[in-house]
Amino acid sequence: MSKARLMQGNEACAEGAIAAGVNFFAGYPITPSTEIAETMARLLPQHGGKFVQMEDEIASMGAILGASLAGAKAMDATSGPGFSLKQELIGYAACAEIPCVLVDVQRVGPSTGQPTAPSQGDVMQVRWGTHGDHPIIALSPWSVRETYDATVMAVNYAERFRTPVILLMDEVIGHLREKVELPDHVDVYPRRKPQKTRAEGYEPYAPAEDLVPDVADFGQGYRIHVTGLIHDETGFPSGSPQVTEASIRRLHEKIARVGEEIIHTESYFLDDAEYAVVSFGGSARTAYEAVQAARAKGQKVGLLRLMTIWPFADAAIKRLAARVKGILVAELNYGQIVHEVRRAVAGQCPVELCGKYDMKSFEPEDISSAIDTMIAGGNE
Amino acid sequence: MRKQLRLSGSGGQGVITAAIIFAEAAVAEGKEAVQSQSYGPEARGGASKSEVIIDDKPIFHPHVIVPDLVLAMTQKAADKYYHDLNPDGLLVLDEQLVPNVPDFPHVVRIPITKLAIEEVGKPLFANIVALGALVRLTGLVSFDTIKQAVAHRVPPHTVEQNMKALQIGWDAAGIA
Repeated sequence: MSKARLMQGNEACAEGAIAAGVNFFAGYPITPSTEIAETMARLLPQHGGKFVQMEDEIASMGAILGASLAGAKAMDATSGPGFSLKQELIGYAACAEIPCVLVDVQRVGPSTGQPTAPSQGDVMQVRWGTHGDHPIIALSPWSVRETYDATVMAVNYAERFRTPVILLMDEVIGHLREKVELPDHVDVYPRRKPQKTRAEGYEPYAPAEDLVPDVADFGQGYRIHVTGLIHDETGFPSGSPQVTEASIRRLHEKIARVGEEIIHTESYFLDDAEYAVVSFGGSARTAYEAVQAARAKGQKVGLLRLMTIWPFADAAIKRLAARVKGILVAELNYGQIVHEVRRAVAGQCPVELCGKYDMKSFEPEDISSAIDTMIAGGNE
Repeated sequence: MRKQLRLSGSGGQGVITAAIIFAEAAVAEGKEAVQSQSYGPEARGGASKSEVIIDDKPIFHPHVIVPDLVLAMTQKAADKYYHDLNPDGLLVLDEQLVPNVPDFPHVVRIPITKLAIEEVGKPLFANIVALGALVRLTGLVSFDTIKQAVAHRVPPHTVEQNMKALQIGWDAAGIA
């Protein structure tokens, strides 16, 4: 019998989390993310994990940070209004290097906005929602199957880099049901462990070779101090300019040093393309259909799909811009990723926005007519 | 062979469940299927809709553009959702709940909710009666597959009634 089954995007997120070893979930349900909490509440007890419905969004984020420090692989899921509330603790997790995954199933904002119409308006909040210089990793899947993979990847990256990772979903994919076949096995990155004893001079925030500290979990017999103040290798606050500079640089470099390894993009019909569409998440599916239709009309158009949103795919965009006459960015907002694309393109070719913010997801015609306009402009 | 179906009614009539079961049956037969639905205020008593796309090739854009079939279980849903039907498509109506038949060339009227009440005992089974009818009208999945898909999804103590509802819908579509 085939293992294929119909599954919802939010459900696939929960299944991926379990496969990646998530054993603690705290959340405050909000549409369009609620099914993630529902599925985790059902699955976690079956796998020896804990599910807690907290009193609000901030408490949920605090709970997963506490659980993570105590050794759990921890996840929380929300939508824009909750995501705003969690920003302070995302910064805390970045500074104190606490592994955690936060899922944001985007809906129309600002504020409570339009419950629960589709949007991709949290792209910049993911990057800069919490204050100060900090790195972030964000992944945006375009199918139910990829939601599973991206969740596994998010948990693994959180553990490997000891950093918050955002799974940036949208309502289109979160609520979509489609055919999936899940793998029997996924590679799981285990929790990092101290490589030295206290007698050997262990310091919890001393970076390993990959610049990530092997912070001991609470309860492992080490004395640990965790703070959102800039701290030295002991984990205690430091007022030193040198420590501050080195800390902020290391936070960035521990992720930047792996370069394109974590920047996942996919190319479709780009080999001989004269024009390109750049899109991500649910919108990329409609962009794919529009590009297919353009090809059928003889237009040489391709699609570059961003799965990793942050760090941004600068190199892929630069390579693309060097060989096409124009780039169209299709995103379900007033224009966010388009600014990053323009920055990376740096004037090599025109970059146009196909944005949409009227509560509806894209229809192929929205993107097709923008492609026609771009090509007509290029031929003038 | 892409087929696009839109199942509509009001919140509580079970059109979303019917769409999910339809898509599950298609997947069980090895086809590609996506299912989506409208959320928000529409889901609470107003017009609610759920969409299914079935294809033998991968499905990218996940929403219905031109439906090949619209099922309407209320007048409001019929009025709202038949407009963009494929001209060769089919409009399937609950005979009693949609008294004013929209001006469309291909209409099938079935006493869906009436049959559920009189033959199965509860209006609750209307969505499964409708499902039986849709399977016959579209020919997209076999009757055996839909029986298994329904049995898999409904509470065990209701399987017998649901099988009866399916059969009644199937039979009604044959004479409609």
